[in-house]
Amino acid sequence: MTSRIIRPPRTRRELLKLTPLLAIGAVAYPPWRGRILDAGMRFSDRVSALTFRPDHLAPTYGAADVVPFEQFPYNYYDILEPEIDFAGWSLKVDGLVSRPGSYSLAQLQRIPKVSQNTRHVCVEGWDAIGNFGGARLADFLDLAGADPQARYVAVTCADGYYESIDRATARQPQTLLCYEMYGKPLDRGHGAPLRLQIPTTLGYKQAKYLLTLSVVNDLPEERSFWGDQGYSWYGGL
Amino acid sequence: MRKIAAARPRVSPSDVVPVARWEGKGGATEVAAYEHPFYVRVAHWLTAITLVIMAASGLRIFLAFPSFGEKVPQQDFWHPPDAITLGGWLGGALQWHFTFMWVFAGAALVYLIGQVVSGRYRMVLFTPRDIPGVWPMARHYFLRGPKPPVDQPYNPLQKLAYTTTILFGALSLVSGVALYKSAQLPWLVTMLGGYRLVRGWHFLALCGFAAFVPGHLLMVAIHGWRNFTAMLTGWKRDPEYVKR
Repeated sequence: MTSRIIRPPRTRRELLKLTPLLAIGAVAYPPWRGRILDAGMRFSDRVSALTFRPDHLAPTYGAADVVPFEQFPYNYYDILEPEIDFAGWSLKVDGLVSRPGSYSLAQLQRIPKVSQNTRHVCVEGWDAIGNFGGARLADFLDLAGADPQARYVAVTCADGYYESIDRATARQPQTLLCYEMYGKPLDRGHGAPLRLQIPTTLGYKQAKYLLTLSVVNDLPEERSFWGDQGYSWYGGL
Repeated sequence: MRKIAAARPRVSPSDVVPVARWEGKGGATEVAAYEHPFYVRVAHWLTAITLVIMAASGLRIFLAFPSFGEKVPQQDFWHPPDAITLGGWLGGALQWHFTFMWVFAGAALVYLIGQVVSGRYRMVLFTPRDIPGVWPMARHYFLRGPKPPVDQPYNPLQKLAYTTTILFGALSLVSGVALYKSAQLPWLVTMLGGYRLVRGWHFLALCGFAAFVPGHLLMVAIHGWRNFTAMLTGWKRDPEYVKR
Protein backbone atom coordinates (compact mmCIF):
# COMPACT_ATOMS: atom_id res chain seq x y z
CA MET A 1 0.00 0.00 0.00
CA THR A 2 2.90 2.26 0.73
CA SER A 3 4.08 2.11 -2.86
CA ARG A 4 0.87 3.53 -4.31
CA ILE A 5 1.54 6.53 -6.51
CA ILE A 6 -0.73 9.05 -8.08
CA ARG A 7 1.03 10.53 -11.11
CA PRO A 8 0.63 9.05 -14.59
CA PRO A 9 3.28 6.48 -15.52
CA ARG A 10 6.28 7.57 -17.60
CA THR A 11 6.06 4.78 -20.10
CA ARG A 12 8.24 6.35 -22.78
CA ARG A 13 11.15 6.89 -20.40
CA GLU A 14 10.82 3.32 -19.15
CA LEU A 15 10.91 2.03 -22.71
CA LEU A 16 14.02 4.08 -23.53
CA LYS A 17 15.81 2.59 -20.53
CA LEU A 18 15.75 -0.74 -22.36
CA THR A 19 17.48 0.53 -25.50
CA PRO A 20 21.01 -0.51 -24.35
CA LEU A 21 19.81 -4.08 -24.86
CA LEU A 22 19.86 -3.41 -28.61
CA ALA A 23 23.66 -3.57 -28.33
CA ILE A 24 23.30 -7.34 -28.33
CA GLY A 25 22.27 -6.98 -31.98
CA ALA A 26 25.93 -6.21 -32.78
CA VAL A 27 26.45 -9.95 -32.95
CA ALA A 28 24.14 -10.06 -35.97
CA TYR A 29 26.61 -7.86 -37.88
CA PRO A 30 29.05 -10.32 -39.46
CA PRO A 31 32.25 -8.22 -39.20
CA TRP A 32 31.71 -7.86 -35.44
CA ARG A 33 30.40 -11.34 -34.81
CA GLY A 34 33.79 -13.04 -34.92
CA ARG A 35 35.33 -10.58 -32.51
CA ILE A 36 32.45 -10.87 -30.05
CA LEU A 37 32.52 -14.66 -30.11
CA ASP A 38 36.34 -14.66 -29.82
CA ALA A 39 36.04 -12.44 -26.77
CA GLY A 40 33.42 -14.81 -25.33
CA MET A 41 35.69 -17.81 -25.86
CA ARG A 42 38.67 -16.02 -24.30
CA PHE A 43 36.53 -15.06 -21.32
CA SER A 44 35.31 -18.66 -20.89
CA ASP A 45 38.88 -19.95 -21.16
CA ARG A 46 40.06 -17.44 -18.57
CA VAL A 47 37.33 -18.43 -16.12
CA SER A 48 38.16 -22.10 -16.74
CA ALA A 49 41.85 -21.53 -16.05
CA LEU A 50 41.08 -19.48 -12.93
CA THR A 51 38.76 -22.13 -11.49
CA PHE A 52 41.19 -24.97 -12.27
CA ARG A 53 42.55 -26.50 -9.05
CA PRO A 54 46.06 -27.85 -9.74
CA ASP A 55 45.87 -30.57 -7.10
CA HIS A 56 42.25 -31.57 -7.63
CA LEU A 57 41.97 -35.02 -9.18
CA ALA A 58 39.50 -35.88 -11.91
CA PRO A 59 37.33 -38.82 -10.85
CA THR A 60 38.82 -42.28 -11.24
CA TYR A 61 36.80 -45.44 -11.63
CA GLY A 62 36.85 -49.09 -10.67
CA ALA A 63 37.66 -51.85 -13.17
CA ALA A 64 33.94 -52.62 -13.55
CA ASP A 65 33.28 -49.16 -15.00
CA VAL A 66 35.97 -49.40 -17.67
CA VAL A 67 34.57 -49.95 -21.16
CA PRO A 68 36.01 -52.99 -23.00
CA PHE A 69 39.01 -52.03 -25.13
CA GLU A 70 37.16 -52.90 -28.36
CA GLN A 71 34.48 -50.36 -27.42
CA PHE A 72 36.88 -47.53 -26.64
CA PRO A 73 36.27 -45.18 -29.56
CA TYR A 74 38.87 -44.10 -32.07
CA ASN A 75 38.52 -40.56 -33.27
CA TYR A 76 37.75 -40.95 -36.93
CA TYR A 77 39.15 -37.50 -37.73
CA ASP A 78 42.76 -38.48 -37.15
CA ILE A 79 42.93 -42.22 -37.59
CA LEU A 80 45.65 -41.50 -40.13
CA GLU A 81 48.15 -43.95 -38.71
CA PRO A 82 51.07 -41.81 -39.81
CA GLU A 83 54.34 -43.34 -40.91
CA ILE A 84 56.48 -43.63 -37.81
CA ASP A 85 59.89 -45.30 -37.51
CA PHE A 86 59.07 -47.03 -34.23
CA ALA A 87 62.55 -48.51 -33.83
CA GLY A 88 64.23 -45.13 -34.13
CA TRP A 89 61.47 -43.10 -32.43
CA SER A 90 62.33 -40.63 -29.70
CA LEU A 91 60.70 -37.56 -28.17
CA LYS A 92 62.64 -34.40 -29.06
CA VAL A 93 62.58 -31.95 -26.18
CA ASP A 94 63.59 -28.30 -26.36
CA GLY A 95 62.77 -24.88 -24.97
CA LEU A 96 63.14 -23.86 -21.34
CA VAL A 97 64.74 -27.13 -20.21
CA SER A 98 68.20 -27.72 -18.79
CA ARG A 99 68.48 -31.17 -20.43
CA PRO A 100 67.13 -30.83 -23.98
CA GLY A 101 67.52 -33.59 -26.51
CA SER A 102 65.98 -36.90 -27.53
CA TYR A 103 64.27 -39.17 -25.04
CA SER A 104 63.65 -42.78 -26.00
CA LEU A 105 60.56 -44.72 -24.99
CA ALA A 106 62.77 -46.82 -22.68
CA GLN A 107 63.88 -43.66 -20.89
CA LEU A 108 60.24 -42.55 -20.44
CA GLN A 109 59.34 -46.00 -19.15
CA ARG A 110 61.96 -45.75 -16.41
CA ILE A 111 59.85 -42.97 -14.87
CA PRO A 112 57.47 -44.55 -12.30
CA LYS A 113 54.42 -45.72 -14.27
CA VAL A 114 50.96 -44.47 -13.42
CA SER A 115 47.92 -46.56 -14.39
CA GLN A 116 44.53 -44.87 -14.12
CA ASN A 117 40.90 -45.48 -15.06
CA THR A 118 39.58 -42.11 -16.15
CA ARG A 119 36.81 -40.67 -18.29
CA HIS A 120 37.75 -39.56 -21.78
CA VAL A 121 35.34 -36.80 -22.87
CA CYS A 122 35.12 -35.83 -26.52
CA VAL A 123 34.09 -32.32 -27.54
CA GLU A 124 31.43 -34.01 -29.68
CA GLY A 125 29.67 -35.15 -26.53
CA TRP A 126 30.53 -38.83 -26.21
CA ASP A 127 32.57 -40.19 -23.37
CA ALA A 128 34.26 -43.44 -22.44
CA ILE A 129 36.02 -44.64 -19.30
CA GLY A 130 39.29 -46.31 -20.18
CA ASN A 131 42.52 -47.53 -18.61
CA PHE A 132 45.63 -45.54 -19.40
CA GLY A 133 49.24 -46.04 -18.37
CA GLY A 134 52.28 -43.86 -18.69
CA ALA A 135 54.64 -41.41 -17.07
CA ARG A 136 53.43 -38.32 -15.27
CA LEU A 137 54.20 -35.37 -17.50
CA ALA A 138 55.26 -33.49 -14.34
CA ASP A 139 57.86 -36.19 -13.62
CA PHE A 140 59.13 -36.03 -17.18
CA LEU A 141 59.36 -32.24 -17.05
CA ASP A 142 61.50 -32.60 -13.93
CA LEU A 143 63.65 -35.24 -15.67
CA ALA A 144 64.23 -32.86 -18.58
CA GLY A 145 64.97 -30.03 -16.17
CA ALA A 146 62.05 -27.86 -17.27
CA ASP A 147 61.81 -24.35 -15.86
CA PRO A 148 59.10 -24.74 -13.19
CA GLN A 149 57.84 -21.24 -13.98
CA ALA A 150 57.51 -21.83 -17.73
CA ARG A 151 53.92 -21.16 -18.77
CA TYR A 152 53.19 -23.70 -21.48
CA VAL A 153 54.03 -27.12 -22.85
CA ALA A 154 53.62 -27.41 -26.63
CA VAL A 155 53.77 -30.62 -28.64
CA THR A 156 53.87 -31.57 -32.31
CA CYS A 157 52.84 -34.89 -33.79
CA ALA A 158 53.71 -37.26 -36.62
CA ASP A 159 50.39 -36.55 -38.38
CA GLY A 160 50.83 -32.77 -38.47
CA TYR A 161 48.71 -32.29 -35.36
CA TYR A 162 49.89 -29.90 -32.65
CA GLU A 163 48.70 -28.83 -29.23
CA SER A 164 49.67 -26.77 -26.21
CA ILE A 165 48.59 -26.81 -22.58
CA ASP A 166 49.16 -24.47 -19.67
CA ARG A 167 51.54 -25.18 -16.81
CA ALA A 168 48.82 -26.07 -14.29
CA THR A 169 47.33 -28.69 -16.62
CA ALA A 170 50.76 -30.04 -17.59
CA ARG A 171 51.74 -30.51 -13.95
CA GLN A 172 48.39 -31.89 -12.73
CA PRO A 173 49.29 -35.34 -11.35
CA GLN A 174 46.93 -37.23 -13.71
CA THR A 175 48.38 -35.69 -16.88
CA LEU A 176 50.36 -38.50 -18.54
CA LEU A 177 52.76 -39.12 -21.34
CA CYS A 178 50.72 -42.19 -22.15
CA TYR A 179 52.24 -45.26 -23.80
CA GLU A 180 49.79 -47.92 -22.63
CA MET A 181 46.09 -48.64 -22.73
CA TYR A 182 44.58 -51.57 -20.91
CA GLY A 183 48.09 -52.74 -19.92
CA LYS A 184 49.23 -53.07 -23.55
CA PRO A 185 51.37 -50.73 -25.65
CA LEU A 186 49.29 -48.07 -27.40
CA ASP A 187 47.97 -49.27 -30.74
CA ARG A 188 48.25 -47.18 -33.90
CA GLY A 189 44.78 -45.68 -33.76
CA HIS A 190 45.15 -44.52 -30.17
CA GLY A 191 48.43 -42.73 -30.84
CA ALA A 192 51.39 -45.14 -30.70
CA PRO A 193 54.01 -44.82 -29.53
CA LEU A 194 53.23 -41.87 -27.23
CA ARG A 195 50.32 -39.52 -26.63
CA LEU A 196 49.12 -37.03 -24.05
CA GLN A 197 46.42 -38.30 -21.71
CA ILE A 198 44.77 -35.56 -19.70
CA PRO A 199 41.62 -36.44 -17.71
CA THR A 200 40.97 -32.73 -17.03
CA THR A 201 40.69 -31.76 -20.71
CA LEU A 202 38.64 -32.65 -23.74
CA GLY A 203 40.01 -35.29 -26.09
CA TYR A 204 41.32 -32.95 -28.77
CA LYS A 205 43.89 -31.57 -26.30
CA GLN A 206 45.30 -35.09 -25.82
CA ALA A 207 47.57 -35.17 -28.86
CA LYS A 208 48.65 -38.54 -30.34
CA TYR A 209 51.83 -39.68 -32.16
CA LEU A 210 54.03 -37.24 -30.25
CA LEU A 211 57.32 -36.21 -31.89
CA THR A 212 58.41 -33.04 -30.12
CA LEU A 213 57.76 -31.36 -26.79
CA SER A 214 58.68 -27.75 -26.04
CA VAL A 215 58.60 -25.92 -22.73
CA VAL A 216 57.84 -22.29 -23.52
CA ASN A 217 56.64 -18.97 -22.14
CA ASP A 218 55.06 -17.85 -25.39
CA LEU A 219 52.75 -20.02 -27.42
CA PRO A 220 53.84 -20.80 -30.96
CA GLU A 221 51.87 -19.46 -33.92
CA GLU A 222 50.27 -22.86 -34.24
CA ARG A 223 48.74 -23.18 -30.78
CA SER A 224 46.20 -25.94 -31.08
CA PHE A 225 45.12 -27.93 -34.12
CA TRP A 226 41.41 -27.66 -33.38
CA GLY A 227 41.70 -24.59 -31.15
CA ASP A 228 43.06 -22.63 -34.10
CA GLN A 229 39.98 -23.66 -36.09
CA GLY A 230 37.51 -22.42 -33.51
CA TYR A 231 37.41 -24.76 -30.53
CA SER A 232 38.37 -23.45 -27.11
CA TRP A 233 42.16 -23.38 -26.73
CA TYR A 234 41.88 -24.27 -23.06
CA GLY A 235 39.48 -27.18 -23.56
CA GLY A 236 39.39 -27.90 -19.83
CA LEU A 237 36.78 -29.97 -18.06
CA MET B 1 -19.30 -22.77 8.77
CA ARG B 2 -15.91 -21.16 9.00
CA LYS B 3 -14.42 -19.64 5.93
CA ILE B 4 -10.93 -21.11 6.07
CA ALA B 5 -9.85 -19.51 2.82
CA ALA B 6 -9.98 -16.11 4.44
CA ALA B 7 -7.58 -17.09 7.21
CA ARG B 8 -4.44 -16.53 5.12
CA PRO B 9 -5.17 -13.92 2.49
CA ARG B 10 -3.53 -14.12 -0.90
CA VAL B 11 -0.82 -11.68 -1.83
CA SER B 12 -2.63 -8.50 -2.54
CA PRO B 13 -1.60 -6.92 -5.85
CA SER B 14 -0.83 -3.63 -4.20
CA ASP B 15 1.61 -5.35 -1.84
CA VAL B 16 4.02 -5.97 -4.67
CA VAL B 17 2.77 -3.89 -7.59
CA PRO B 18 2.73 -0.10 -7.41
CA VAL B 19 -0.53 1.26 -8.79
CA ALA B 20 -0.96 4.67 -10.39
CA ARG B 21 -4.29 6.51 -10.59
CA TRP B 22 -4.67 9.79 -12.25
CA GLU B 23 -7.30 11.95 -13.80
CA GLY B 24 -7.38 11.41 -17.53
CA LYS B 25 -9.15 13.27 -20.28
CA GLY B 26 -12.77 13.99 -19.51
CA GLY B 27 -12.20 13.53 -15.79
CA ALA B 28 -12.21 9.73 -15.88
CA THR B 29 -9.87 7.91 -13.53
CA GLU B 30 -7.02 6.15 -15.31
CA VAL B 31 -5.35 3.16 -13.68
CA ALA B 32 -2.05 1.47 -14.40
CA ALA B 33 0.09 -1.00 -12.47
CA TYR B 34 3.88 -1.14 -12.56
CA GLU B 35 4.04 -4.89 -13.12
CA HIS B 36 7.60 -5.28 -14.35
CA PRO B 37 10.40 -3.27 -12.78
CA PHE B 38 13.49 -2.53 -14.82
CA TYR B 39 15.48 -5.59 -13.74
CA VAL B 40 12.62 -7.92 -14.72
CA ARG B 41 12.34 -6.38 -18.17
CA VAL B 42 16.08 -6.50 -18.73
CA ALA B 43 16.25 -10.13 -17.57
CA HIS B 44 13.21 -11.05 -19.67
CA TRP B 45 14.50 -9.65 -22.96
CA LEU B 46 18.06 -10.83 -22.40
CA THR B 47 16.67 -14.30 -21.74
CA ALA B 48 14.38 -14.14 -24.75
CA ILE B 49 17.34 -13.41 -27.04
CA THR B 50 19.90 -15.70 -25.45
CA LEU B 51 17.45 -18.59 -25.08
CA VAL B 52 17.05 -18.71 -28.86
CA ILE B 53 20.84 -18.56 -29.32
CA MET B 54 21.50 -21.19 -26.65
CA ALA B 55 18.81 -23.54 -27.98
CA ALA B 56 19.87 -23.29 -31.62
CA SER B 57 23.60 -23.58 -30.92
CA GLY B 58 22.88 -26.35 -28.43
CA LEU B 59 21.08 -28.34 -31.12
CA ARG B 60 24.09 -27.90 -33.43
CA ILE B 61 26.35 -29.19 -30.64
CA PHE B 62 23.97 -32.10 -30.10
CA LEU B 63 24.23 -32.98 -33.81
CA ALA B 64 27.91 -33.83 -33.31
CA PHE B 65 26.81 -36.79 -31.19
CA PRO B 66 23.01 -37.03 -31.28
CA SER B 67 22.79 -39.79 -28.70
CA PHE B 68 22.68 -40.28 -24.95
CA GLY B 69 24.44 -43.63 -24.97
CA GLU B 70 27.72 -45.25 -25.95
CA LYS B 71 29.88 -44.08 -28.82
CA VAL B 72 30.54 -47.69 -29.80
CA PRO B 73 28.02 -48.83 -30.92
CA GLN B 74 26.30 -45.49 -31.54
CA GLN B 75 22.51 -45.28 -31.52
CA ASP B 76 21.28 -41.88 -32.61
CA PHE B 77 18.35 -40.36 -30.76
CA TRP B 78 17.36 -37.50 -33.03
CA HIS B 79 18.90 -35.39 -35.79
CA PRO B 80 17.81 -31.77 -35.40
CA PRO B 81 17.25 -30.19 -38.84
CA ASP B 82 19.97 -27.72 -39.86
CA ALA B 83 17.39 -24.94 -40.18
CA ILE B 84 16.88 -24.71 -36.41
CA THR B 85 20.58 -24.85 -35.56
CA LEU B 86 23.14 -22.08 -35.18
CA GLY B 87 26.89 -21.98 -35.71
CA GLY B 88 27.30 -23.98 -38.91
CA TRP B 89 29.52 -26.61 -37.31
CA LEU B 90 30.38 -27.90 -33.86
CA GLY B 91 33.16 -25.37 -33.26
CA GLY B 92 31.04 -22.43 -34.40
CA ALA B 93 28.11 -23.55 -32.26
CA LEU B 94 30.35 -23.93 -29.21
CA GLN B 95 31.50 -20.32 -29.69
CA TRP B 96 27.91 -19.08 -29.56
CA HIS B 97 27.10 -21.36 -26.64
CA PHE B 98 30.19 -20.48 -24.57
CA THR B 99 29.75 -16.75 -25.21
CA PHE B 100 26.04 -16.38 -24.55
CA MET B 101 25.92 -18.78 -21.61
CA TRP B 102 27.34 -15.91 -19.55
CA VAL B 103 24.54 -13.58 -20.64
CA PHE B 104 21.93 -16.27 -19.98
CA ALA B 105 23.35 -17.00 -16.52
CA GLY B 106 23.75 -13.28 -15.79
CA ALA B 107 20.11 -12.58 -16.65
CA ALA B 108 19.01 -15.48 -14.45
CA LEU B 109 21.08 -14.15 -11.57
CA VAL B 110 19.72 -10.61 -11.92
CA TYR B 111 16.16 -11.93 -12.02
CA LEU B 112 16.45 -14.32 -9.08
CA ILE B 113 18.27 -11.87 -6.81
CA GLY B 114 15.83 -9.10 -7.73
CA GLN B 115 12.80 -11.27 -7.08
CA VAL B 116 14.05 -12.40 -3.68
CA VAL B 117 15.26 -8.98 -2.52
CA SER B 118 12.08 -7.17 -3.63
CA GLY B 119 9.74 -9.90 -2.45
CA ARG B 120 8.09 -9.93 -5.86
CA TYR B 121 8.64 -13.66 -6.09
CA ARG B 122 5.39 -13.99 -4.07
CA MET B 123 3.53 -12.68 -7.09
CA VAL B 124 4.65 -15.45 -9.43
CA LEU B 125 5.87 -18.37 -7.31
CA PHE B 126 3.50 -21.34 -7.53
CA THR B 127 2.65 -22.60 -4.04
CA PRO B 128 0.33 -25.36 -2.80
CA ARG B 129 -2.24 -22.65 -2.16
CA ASP B 130 -2.51 -22.18 -5.92
CA ILE B 131 -3.37 -25.80 -6.64
CA PRO B 132 -7.17 -25.45 -6.32
CA GLY B 133 -7.14 -22.62 -8.85
CA VAL B 134 -5.31 -24.51 -11.58
CA TRP B 135 -8.18 -26.58 -12.91
CA PRO B 136 -10.79 -23.77 -13.12
CA MET B 137 -8.27 -21.67 -15.05
CA ALA B 138 -7.30 -24.52 -17.38
CA ARG B 139 -11.00 -25.24 -17.95
CA HIS B 140 -11.49 -21.61 -18.87
CA TYR B 141 -8.52 -21.49 -21.25
CA PHE B 142 -8.91 -24.81 -22.99
CA LEU B 143 -12.55 -25.89 -22.54
CA ARG B 144 -14.34 -22.55 -22.71
CA GLY B 145 -15.31 -22.83 -19.05
CA PRO B 146 -16.42 -19.85 -16.98
CA LYS B 147 -13.72 -17.29 -16.24
CA PRO B 148 -12.57 -17.42 -12.62
CA PRO B 149 -12.33 -14.03 -10.88
CA VAL B 150 -9.02 -12.27 -11.45
CA ASP B 151 -7.72 -10.85 -8.20
CA GLN B 152 -3.93 -11.01 -8.63
CA PRO B 153 -1.36 -10.22 -11.32
CA TYR B 154 -0.76 -13.88 -12.16
CA ASN B 155 -3.43 -16.56 -12.04
CA PRO B 156 -2.59 -20.04 -10.69
CA LEU B 157 -2.02 -21.50 -14.17
CA GLN B 158 0.37 -18.69 -15.06
CA LYS B 159 2.20 -19.18 -11.77
CA LEU B 160 2.52 -22.87 -12.54
CA ALA B 161 3.87 -22.20 -16.04
CA TYR B 162 6.34 -19.50 -14.99
CA THR B 163 7.57 -21.34 -11.91
CA THR B 164 8.12 -24.53 -13.93
CA THR B 165 10.02 -22.60 -16.57
CA ILE B 166 12.26 -20.97 -13.97
CA LEU B 167 13.00 -24.49 -12.71
CA PHE B 168 13.87 -25.59 -16.26
CA GLY B 169 16.18 -22.59 -16.46
CA ALA B 170 17.86 -23.63 -13.23
CA LEU B 171 18.15 -27.19 -14.55
CA SER B 172 19.75 -26.00 -17.78
CA LEU B 173 22.30 -23.92 -15.85
CA VAL B 174 23.16 -26.56 -13.26
CA SER B 175 23.43 -29.37 -15.83
CA GLY B 176 25.39 -27.05 -18.14
CA VAL B 177 27.91 -26.26 -15.41
CA ALA B 178 28.21 -29.99 -14.68
CA LEU B 179 28.94 -30.72 -18.35
CA TYR B 180 31.35 -27.81 -18.72
CA LYS B 181 33.33 -28.68 -15.57
CA SER B 182 32.77 -32.41 -15.16
CA ALA B 183 36.32 -33.04 -13.93
CA GLN B 184 36.37 -30.06 -11.55
CA LEU B 185 32.89 -30.69 -10.11
CA PRO B 186 32.49 -34.47 -10.07
CA TRP B 187 30.13 -34.25 -7.06
CA LEU B 188 27.71 -32.24 -9.18
CA VAL B 189 27.85 -34.86 -11.94
CA THR B 190 27.23 -37.60 -9.37
CA MET B 191 24.35 -35.66 -7.84
CA LEU B 192 22.72 -35.44 -11.26
CA GLY B 193 23.09 -39.16 -11.82
CA GLY B 194 26.29 -39.45 -13.85
CA TYR B 195 27.76 -37.91 -17.01
CA ARG B 196 25.36 -39.47 -19.54
CA LEU B 197 22.34 -38.43 -17.52
CA VAL B 198 23.66 -34.87 -17.21
CA ARG B 199 23.46 -34.56 -20.99
CA GLY B 200 19.92 -35.89 -20.70
CA TRP B 201 18.95 -33.27 -18.09
CA HIS B 202 20.47 -30.54 -20.25
CA PHE B 203 18.39 -31.73 -23.19
CA LEU B 204 15.27 -32.07 -21.02
CA ALA B 205 15.63 -28.43 -19.97
CA LEU B 206 15.59 -27.53 -23.66
CA CYS B 207 12.41 -29.59 -24.09
CA GLY B 208 10.88 -27.67 -21.19
CA PHE B 209 11.61 -24.35 -22.90
CA ALA B 210 10.32 -25.74 -26.18
CA ALA B 211 7.03 -26.56 -24.42
CA PHE B 212 6.76 -23.21 -22.66
CA VAL B 213 7.72 -20.70 -25.33
CA PRO B 214 5.03 -21.45 -27.97
CA GLY B 215 2.30 -21.38 -25.31
CA HIS B 216 3.70 -18.16 -23.88
CA LEU B 217 3.77 -16.49 -27.30
CA LEU B 218 0.27 -17.75 -28.09
CA MET B 219 -1.12 -16.33 -24.86
CA VAL B 220 0.50 -12.97 -25.51
CA ALA B 221 -0.91 -12.98 -29.03
CA ILE B 222 -4.41 -13.87 -27.82
CA HIS B 223 -4.59 -11.91 -24.61
CA GLY B 224 -3.17 -8.88 -25.80
CA TRP B 225 -1.09 -6.03 -26.59
CA ARG B 226 -1.28 -4.66 -23.05
CA ASN B 227 0.72 -7.59 -21.68
CA PHE B 228 3.35 -7.12 -24.36
CA THR B 229 3.77 -3.38 -23.80
CA ALA B 230 3.83 -3.97 -20.06
CA MET B 231 6.99 -6.03 -20.53
CA LEU B 232 8.50 -3.13 -22.48
CA THR B 233 7.48 -0.18 -20.30
CA GLY B 234 6.76 -1.93 -17.02
CA TRP B 235 3.28 -0.38 -16.84
CA LYS B 236 0.06 -2.22 -17.52
CA ARG B 237 -3.00 -0.14 -18.24
CA ASP B 238 -6.30 -1.08 -16.63
CA PRO B 239 -5.21 -4.30 -14.95
CA GLU B 240 -8.17 -6.54 -14.22
CA TYR B 241 -7.04 -7.20 -10.67
CA VAL B 242 -7.07 -3.51 -9.63
CA LYS B 243 -10.39 -1.83 -8.90
CA ARG B 244 -10.79 1.54 -10.44
